[in-house]
Formats: sequence, C-alpha cells, structure tokens
Amino acid sequence: MEVVQMQRGLVDYTKTLFMECFLDAQFLQLQQLQDESNPDFVFEVVSLFFDDSEKLLNDLSMALDQPSVDFKKVDAHVHQLKGSSSSIGAQRVKDACVTFRNFCEEQNIEATLRCLQQVKHEYYLVKNKLETLLRLEQQIVAAGGSIPMIEMGFLKTINMKGKHDSGVVYTVETYGVFCDSTSIRSL
Amino acid sequence: MECNCIEPQWPPDDLLMKYQYISDFFIALAYFSIPLELIYFVKKSSVFPYRWVLVQFGAFIVLCGATHLINLWTFTPHTRTVASVMTIAKVLTALVSCVTALMLVHIIPDLLSVKTRELFLKNKAAELDREMGLIRTQEETGRHVRMLTHEIRSTLDRHTILRTTLIELGRTLSLEECALWMPTRTGLELQLSYTLRQQNPVGYTVPIHHPVINQVFSTNHAVKISPNCPVARLRPAGKYLPGEVVAVRVPLLHLSNFHINDWPELSTKRYALMVLMLPSDSARQWHVHELELVEAVTDQVAVALSHAAILEESMRARNLLMEQNVALDLARREAETAIRARNDFLAVMNHEMRTPMHAIITLSSLLQETELTPEQRLMVETILKSSNLLATLINDVLDLSRLEDGSLQLDLGTFNIYTVFREVLKLIKPIASVKKLHVSLSLAPDLPEYAVGDEKRLMQTILNVVGNAVKFSKEGSITITAFVAKPETLRDSRAPEFLPVPSDNHFYLRVQVKDSGCGVSPQDIPNLFTKFAQNQSTATRNSGGSGLGLAISKRFVNLMEGHIWIESEGLGKGCTAIFIVKLGIPERVNEYKLPYMPKMPTNHGHTAFPGLKVLVMDENGVSRTVTKELLMHLGCDVTTVGSSDECLQLVSHEHKVVFMDINVPGTDSHRITSRIHEKFAKRNERPLIVTLIGNTDKLTKENCMRIGMDGLIVKPVSLDKMKSVLSDLLEHRVLFEGI
Repeated sequence: MEVVQMQRGLVDYTKTLFMECFLDAQFLQLQQLQDESNPDFVFEVVSLFFDDSEKLLNDLSMALDQPSVDFKKVDAHVHQLKGSSSSIGAQRVKDACVTFRNFCEEQNIEATLRCLQQVKHEYYLVKNKLETLLRLEQQIVAAGGSIPMIEMGFLKTINMKGKHDSGVVYTVETYGVFCDSTSIRSL
Repeated sequence: MECNCIEPQWPPDDLLMKYQYISDFFIALAYFSIPLELIYFVKKSSVFPYRWVLVQFGAFIVLCGATHLINLWTFTPHTRTVASVMTIAKVLTALVSCVTALMLVHIIPDLLSVKTRELFLKNKAAELDREMGLIRTQEETGRHVRMLTHEIRSTLDRHTILRTTLIELGRTLSLEECALWMPTRTGLELQLSYTLRQQNPVGYTVPIHHPVINQVFSTNHAVKISPNCPVARLRPAGKYLPGEVVAVRVPLLHLSNFHINDWPELSTKRYALMVLMLPSDSARQWHVHELELVEAVTDQVAVALSHAAILEESMRARNLLMEQNVALDLARREAETAIRARNDFLAVMNHEMRTPMHAIITLSSLLQETELTPEQRLMVETILKSSNLLATLINDVLDLSRLEDGSLQLDLGTFNIYTVFREVLKLIKPIASVKKLHVSLSLAPDLPEYAVGDEKRLMQTILNVVGNAVKFSKEGSITITAFVAKPETLRDSRAPEFLPVPSDNHFYLRVQVKDSGCGVSPQDIPNLFTKFAQNQSTATRNSGGSGLGLAISKRFVNLMEGHIWIESEGLGKGCTAIFIVKLGIPERVNEYKLPYMPKMPTNHGHTAFPGLKVLVMDENGVSRTVTKELLMHLGCDVTTVGSSDECLQLVSHEHKVVFMDINVPGTDSHRITSRIHEKFAKRNERPLIVTLIGNTDKLTKENCMRIGMDGLIVKPVSLDKMKSVLSDLLEHRVLFEGI
C-alpha cells in the first residue's frame, strides 16, 4: 500500500535526520505535543522558526557589515537564534551558534564572519530537510494515512547520551531498536 | 488484924519459883507474840477464809497469855485487885477456850476438806499439763510434717526426695536408723535402697513374701515390728537392747493419682518399705503422734515420688521426641536428596532416552519413504509403530512422574479452542474411519473462541479421552460435545467435593465424549484412573497402551482445577467420558493478536493542571510558542508576553506561576523579579517565579535564589519534566532543580 510505503519512507527519512544530527530530541518533543487539538503545531512552530531565523540572519549580516561591529548586538541576535534553534531541536544550527557566540566574546571579526556563514549554511540545510519532512507528512495525510510517531524510548536514549559532537553517527542498532516500533494512529 | 499473908520477898523454894516465874513470863511472851505473828501472816495472805476463827484463837491465846502474865504477880503477895483480875482473866480464858474447842469441832473438817480440794485441783492441773504437752507434741508433729513435706516436695528428683525424707525423719524423730526397701524389678524381693547412716547400702535383698512384710503392706498405718525381723536387722548387733522398730508401706504410684483418699484398687500395687529404728540404748518408745507423723510423711513421699515419676516420664518422652525429630529431619533430607537425585536421573534419562528414540523414529520414517520390498516395508512399519509406542510410553512415564511430585506446571497461554478441537478431530479421523466409526463434534455457540490455559495439555487430554473412546469401540459412533458449564450442571452428584465457582475471568469448559463401545462395569469405574490398571477383558488386551493415559489425563484435569469421570451403564452399553476444566478468559484479544502499541495518551496531560493560570515571558518567538504549547498540553491557561514590560503589565494575582525565559540572567530578570515582589506584598498572592535557563551552574542558581526567584528549570524541558516540575512547585512552593 502506498500509504504504508510513504510512512516507512517518512520514518526512514526522520531517522537519517537524527542520525546526521540535524534534529535532536527536542524535535520529538514537538511532535509529541502535536495532537488532535492542535494538529498543525509542528508546522506552525517550524514556520515560525523559519521566519524568525531569516530575520535574525539578515540582522546579523547587517550588523557584521558595519564598519564598527557592535558585538553586543551581534551576540544578542546570535543568542536569539540559538534559543530558537534549540527550541525546535535544530541541533547543528544551535551548535554553530554556540561557536559563533564564543568568537563574539573574543570580538574576532573574521571568525565571526566565518561563523555566520557556517550558521547560515547549517540553517539552510536544516530548513531544506524540515521542508521535505513536512511535505512528506502532508502527502501522507492527504493520502488518508496518519503520521507515524517515533517511540519515546528513542527519546530517552538521545537524552541519556547528552551532548555530542556534530557528525558522530549513532549505531544503527540504537535507532533500530526504537525507531522501528512505530505505531499506527488511526484517523 | 493484918493478913498473915505476908509473902516473904523470896520464899525458900524460890529456885522453883524463879523458874516458874521465868517460864510464865516466856509463856506469856509467846502467847502474845503468836497471835501477832498470826495476824501478821494472815494479813499478808489474802486468802484465808477463817478470819473470825483466828480472832477467836487469838483471843484465846491472848487471854492465856494474860493469865500467865497476871500469874507473875501472884508469885509475890498480891492485892485483891490482882486476884480479881487474875480470876477474870482465867474465867475469860476458860470461856474462850471452851468456845474455841467447840468451834474447832466444826472447823477442822472444813479445813480438811480444803486440803482435799487443793489436792483435787493439783491433780487437775497436772492433767491439764499433760494434755497441753500432748497438744504441743501434736502441733510439733504437724510442724514437722509440714517441714518434711516442704523438704520432700521441694525437689522433683526421686533420689533427692527419698534421701531428704530419711534425713529429715531421722532428724525430727532422732532415729538411730532409717531405711527404705524398694521392690525389685521382678517384684519378688525387697532391695535395700537407701539408708540414713550408711552412705551406699549394699544390695541387700529380702524376699517380699514375709509375714511381717505382708502385715505391714496390708495396712496403711505404721506397724511396730520386731527388731529381729530381717528388714530391721540393719545395724550391727550392739550390746544394748535394740530400740523399737516401726515399718510403714510407701505406695509407689504409676498413675498420676493424687487423691490420697481414694486409691484406685490396682491389682498390681507396688509398695516400698520404710523402716525406722529408735536409738537402741534409750528407753524411748514409739508414741502415737510419732507414728502419725511417719504415716503423714509417707503419704507425702508417695505423692512426691509420683510427681518425680511423671517428670521423668515427660523428660524421657521429650528426649524421645527430640530424637525422633532429628531422625525425621534426617529422613526428610534424605528423601529430598532422593527426589532430587531422581529428578536429575529422570531429566538425564529423559534426554538420553529421547535422543535415540527420536533417531530411530526419524530414520525409520525416512526409511519408509525409500524403495522397500513388502517384507522390508512390513518390518519398517513394525519398527516405527513399536518405537512410537515406546516414545509415547517414555513421555507418559516422564509426565506422570513429574505430575506425581507436583513439579509439573501448566504452560498458560491464549489459544483458540476451536482449533484445538479441530486438531483432535484431524488426528482421530483416520483411525476412526479405519474402524468405520463415525465421529461427530459439536461445539456450543456460546463457547468463547479464545481461552487462557495450557493448550498442549488440554489437547493431550481430549486426545486421550477421544482415543480411548475410539480404542474401545468396535463399531458405532463417537460424539464429542463441548460447552460452557453452567453452575447448576457443575454440581455433579458423583463429585460432591467439586464445587467450582465461575468468576469474571474464568469459565468452565465441559467436554463429553460418548462412545458406543464395550462399556465399563460399575465396579471397575473407580479403577479406571489408577495407574497401570487396565480392563482385563480379552478384547482390550490387544489394544495396547500402558494404562497411564487416563491417569495422566486426570492429573492434567486436576491441575486445571477440574474434574473428570466416566459414566457407563454397564458392559456392552458404551460409556461417556466427561471432564470439566477451568479456563481463563483472555483480556483483550486484539492485544494478543496484533502488535498494537497505542500512542502516548494525550489526554493524560490535560487533566494534570486544569485551568492553572500561568504567564510565560519569552523574547524568543519560537521558544515562546513551544513553551506555550507544552503548558497548554498540561491543561494550563497560558498567557504569553514577549517583553518584560508586558510581563509586568499583565501579571496579576490570578497567575499562579510566571515562567521567565531569560537567556541571560541579568538586570532584566532581577528587575522583573523585584517588581513582582513589590507588586504582590503578600506571599500567597504572589505568583511563583520560575526561570527557564539553557545551562546553569551553582553561581547562577545562587544568583537566582538571591534575586528572589522561586524556581529554576534547565532547558530543554520535556513534557514529563514540566509536569513534575509544576507539581513539585505547586506543592512546595519552591523548586531548585538539582543539576
């Protein structure tokens, strides 16, 4: 059945996003908060994130373009971006922001510019991924299926692992054990 | 004329006159002093009845004295006055003396009677004295008895009792020798067991049927016996006359009968003999009170001995019990070891036996598939059949032995009842069709499809019962019915002790297998379920089987808290096998069949904090939305603000909690916190202030506390975390999450 295939595809895709650390446990939290009373919660939050981040990135670009950079302001913006990305679970973006902030403290212009690029890069990546994800979800919903949930156990595993370096790939087994137990929510 | 009675001053015989003169003087003196003495002494003594006699007597004496005194004057010439005085005195004296003499006639008998009375009283006093002495001795005896009893009864050791008795008796009665003769085991002799003086008496025996001894035994009084009696010859013959000897019987009780007054008349009454000897060189004799003392003591001794005997008995019994206990314990442990050994053996043998069996069966069946000559095929078939039988036998024996010691447990699981019956039918149909038996199965419509129980063993039981039906029927039909047993039908007259009680998650499955076979005679019915017992009719001899089938089925049915029995109207009339077993009703069939994992229930969050008004302040839009959703999920009524000013404007006493997402705890949070504190002076009106922070350290935590915040949460916050945080917060009104 198509829907099942699509669901499997979504699950696999989500798995890769986690594996590649684009998303972290916070994103699962958001998915948990989505229910019948608020069926578009994730979409809303993600959209909000996109808008917020676009604005912030523009402000950052402008601030860093100034002859005399107001590092305080830059720091404030980056802080905001860090907050947003951590709220949504965009892990890589958040990590990039942390690095950005460190260089801001040092008031290192080149480094900060580099960081800004990095952050933008990460942001666009995750934006792409999230848009794909949302599209897949919409397709499934349109086809009459329901969005599969990732087990909470998975969440626990991630939380227990704590902070990790970008790029570390979790073993398939860890994911496999939890991610496979999807539940079918009937509409 | 002058009288010629001129007395010479001293006449010539004046010596005599002189003497008379002196004597008279002294007489007078005496006569005057005697009454004085009398008066004096009578005055002294208070009891003298005859005072007036004394007066009389006194007067008599005084007058006599006066006469003699006056006589003194007559020695010399005296005047007429003196003569007249003398005469008067004499006359008076004569008068008084005569009166006194006459009085005395009356008085003396009286006086004499006083004397006799005095004697009488003296005798009486002596008598009373004697009686007093007697009473005293009796009381002393009683005291001695009590003391002896106390001594005797203060111990429960037989030897001590007897020793003490002898010692105390010896002391109380000052005996020379006191001995106790106990009857020997044979009862024909008395053996000297205890003596007072000799420490270890030699086993000196005396035959029991001595006239003296019989005499003593025949009465419960102490009997005086001759010192020459064999039992009394205890001391070496001395120079002196041996003292009196008394012997008394001491009953040896075997029963715990303490009523001295009503001895049960036993045919074999055993007595011991106590012999008491007074000191040989004293003239003492046995007094009655002493004998009574001895008798009383003997009774007490008898009672004390019986107590001691009981104690010995109970100690012996206790020791015996302890030994038995130890032995039983040992036996139990040995039995346990044996069982374990047997189980191990069975387990090993099970495996050992089954492996070759399995090999034989498998290879034989494989062989069957190959090209064989008819003789070979026949041989292989026989081999296969035999080995199948053997395998079944091994299984049965193993199962039964496990069932025997209760180590078999049911493998409970949910299964489909219909499937079980269909399987049984499938297995039995070939054999039945060979025998041209018609098998029909009818399952009640209200029979649940699924049940919880041991599927394998249930099938085994049904198969066994149906198999028996087929085995013992040469023609006709087999009917199998299964339905849910109703409480009324559950009570079977044949099984009065089987009272099943259906409940909500159990039901009773009743299966009836009716066949038209050879039937069973009523007297054989009880034996059907015993191991290895088989109907010995020739028809069944060839049908094989070990006779274990029904026994095993019965065990299985019992394990399933059920009952199995067979009804038959007699030989040749077929029989019906019925069994009822308890099966569980499965909870949710879906759960078992499909791997369905429900999503985290969303409703449980909504009831956590219904209507709790909270204020969320967060400058970051995304984060604000997420936090708002989180709290709404928990049922809170959330108001969101994007800046600290808005927060201060909107915050009211209706808000119970204010969540501040401050990225940097700095002046802003400080300001808001202090303003909120100011705004709500009373503690219980003020909303609780909680800050959400990305990462924190001890310093930050202290700062927050210092500023006046009520709590601190580290991001990221999960739903569970928020829930527990809120409940902690609302309960304790403060929360500082441990890092």
